[in-house]
Amino acid sequence: MTLLALSDVGKRFTGGTRFADGTEALRGLSFSIAPGEFVALVGPSGCGKSTALRLAAGLLTPDAGTVAWPDGRPETGFVFQDATLMPWADARTNARLPLDLKGVPRRQADARAAEALARAGLDGFGHAFPRELSGGMKMRVSLARALVSQPRLLLLDEPFAALDEITRQALGDDLKRLWQIHNLTVLFVTHSAAESAWLAGRVLVMTPRPGRIAADIPLPPGRDTRLAPATIEAQRAISAALGEAMAAA
Amino acid sequence: MKRIADIALPLTVAALALGGWEWAVHAYAVPEYVLPAPSGIARAFCANFASLMGSLLATLSVTLQAFIAASLLGVMLAIGFTQSRLLERTFYPYAVMLQVTPVVAIAPLILIWVGFDQVNLALVIIATIVAFFPVLAGATLGLKSADFNLLDLMRLHGASRWQILWRVRLPTALPYLLSGMKTAGGLALIGAVVAEFVAGSGTATGLAWRIVESGNRLEIATLFAALALLAVAGVTIFAALSLLEWLLLRRWHESAINRP
Repeated sequence: MTLLALSDVGKRFTGGTRFADGTEALRGLSFSIAPGEFVALVGPSGCGKSTALRLAAGLLTPDAGTVAWPDGRPETGFVFQDATLMPWADARTNARLPLDLKGVPRRQADARAAEALARAGLDGFGHAFPRELSGGMKMRVSLARALVSQPRLLLLDEPFAALDEITRQALGDDLKRLWQIHNLTVLFVTHSAAESAWLAGRVLVMTPRPGRIAADIPLPPGRDTRLAPATIEAQRAISAALGEAMAAA
Repeated sequence: MKRIADIALPLTVAALALGGWEWAVHAYAVPEYVLPAPSGIARAFCANFASLMGSLLATLSVTLQAFIAASLLGVMLAIGFTQSRLLERTFYPYAVMLQVTPVVAIAPLILIWVGFDQVNLALVIIATIVAFFPVLAGATLGLKSADFNLLDLMRLHGASRWQILWRVRLPTALPYLLSGMKTAGGLALIGAVVAEFVAGSGTATGLAWRIVESGNRLEIATLFAALALLAVAGVTIFAALSLLEWLLLRRWHESAINRP
């Protein structure tokens, strides 16, 4: 079973870059994800992780190779590094956006948005405007918005990178919980070996630009806490693979 | 305390200036046809109250119509420009040309084309041309300032162009648009005054015409009264638009939030 498959994908950006021939972001990128997996995409900055995520969302088309969704394009939620909320709308209206765009009746959409906010740990903040919320709370609204349309695939682009350590850990734990209760498939871009060792079931390590997969590491069970020996061991393996990918480039 | 000072200080300056003015006119026996005393201006204002109010209404009516027309035209053109690169490439140079041409220069033409029998329409057109560019510029910049990630998210969820415009681009543009409209409000008044000047006496009935006419008759006190009304009108327009801006932005935009 495959939900998403990228095979031999290449992507080059022309125009708006400093390089005359454009920037080659990806070359020969291949990986696939099965339903229910939690996959972390790890790599150095600028290796094309975000580009890969946008390709997976169908927001970009590849210059070479294919991006395929064998069961058809799944309902997809997307979380950016910044919360990317509408500052003129309160938390509930922000969380409701995907439903509004689909034309879901207001009453039903409001109920689902309130439920999504509560699940994301923001019960009672529906009428708060983004500027009244902390960075972590804004990210929770963003997460609620991504989940409100009950997606099969959740794509996250370094969602917690701008947050402090304590908030990052809390949100990471919540994300793991949401993945379990929603039966989601998650593709999570990060540059943190520790974060991916704790959250993901499988880690894809990317090379520096032009990015492709350098290592595909299935993580063993037994990672029950962030500091469990199995988690630390997984983190060590990811770090080693990252180091090798950097050295080989 | 700071609030009281905000009101008291300008008022004190005004009282001192008016008092000094009044005293100087009497002390140096300045003739009324050169510089009337504030008391003389007040008397002229009371004596001509009804006709001055009629003139104020005429000028305000032209200003308001021009302001609304400029706002609608500016926003619609800006939407057109941001929806179609072709439209923007084709027409933006003409919009700029209209802006940089001193409009006083084409005012006589517009009056001739529209005809002196519809002089009010001509005045509105001239004032609209003067006022519309800041709205166009503000709205265009605002519509283009939408968060790229937010636009991607809209596309991901299958939003139509109309939904993207209505839900993301227009709200993003609102602060820019309101800033442009604030400038346009003042310009519409200036445009109305200039248009009345060009139209000349006998056709127009607004405050600018009163200023020309009072000047010709050496009724300088009445001229000053008309001038004062124009100033009050300008301040009122600005205050009203500032209030509108505050009402629309106070919940979310940095510019409208009071920091302690």
